[in-house]
Amino acid sequence: MEPLGDKARIQQGPFDAAAELERIKAASTRIGGVVLFVGVVRDFSQGHGVTKILFEHFPGMAEAKLSELREAAIGRFDLIDLVIVHRVGELAPGDDIVLIAAAAEHRAAAFDGCSWCIDELKKAVPIWKKEHAPDGAVWLEAHP
Amino acid sequence: MNITVRYFALLRERMGRESEVLSWDDAEPTVGHLRGHLADRAPAHDAFLRGGTLLVAVNREYAAADTVLRDGDEVALFPPVTGG
Repeated sequence: MEPLGDKARIQQGPFDAAAELERIKAASTRIGGVVLFVGVVRDFSQGHGVTKILFEHFPGMAEAKLSELREAAIGRFDLIDLVIVHRVGELAPGDDIVLIAAAAEHRAAAFDGCSWCIDELKKAVPIWKKEHAPDGAVWLEAHP
Repeated sequence: MNITVRYFALLRERMGRESEVLSWDDAEPTVGHLRGHLADRAPAHDAFLRGGTLLVAVNREYAAADTVLRDGDEVALFPPVTGG
């Protein structure tokens, strides 16, 4: 595990979801709920097996866009705190890819903020995945 | 003027390089001019470089075809993002 860092960050190594949850809960005693989303590498995609996925990012711009996304989500959903972590490099089935922890006074804002965040991340943050299968590797063209 | 062009993911593999510096004589080139120039230079990738799905960032902010480029700008070209 890498140490807890920025609340919007990109890293190679695994993240500690339990530690992120504890950290965000410690942000304020006004927090009434935290929604935690963790995206995981599947071993099957679009009709074929997946042996690994390579995640590539645009250093500098990806971090900046994650940070902007965090600020936008906090403002839009009145979140008390928000953590977004995305991993890059080579990941195997079962590995964690992305973590989003959204904390709010009430559950509706936490659910909505978390859901919006992962949707926007998939549209605007310059990260790409290349899926490796037994019969070759392919860059994904669209995001499911 | 010099423009640094960077490529990512599938486009990086197709262009066979991560980046290059283009010297330009045009007074006020736009992102659209740059894409046209690159497509003319590499006909095999013409459809991709002119296509509507390609994303462009100038100095790490998303930019449209009519964005004017200045000396020293960094232009990144990449396919639709697929993170998450």
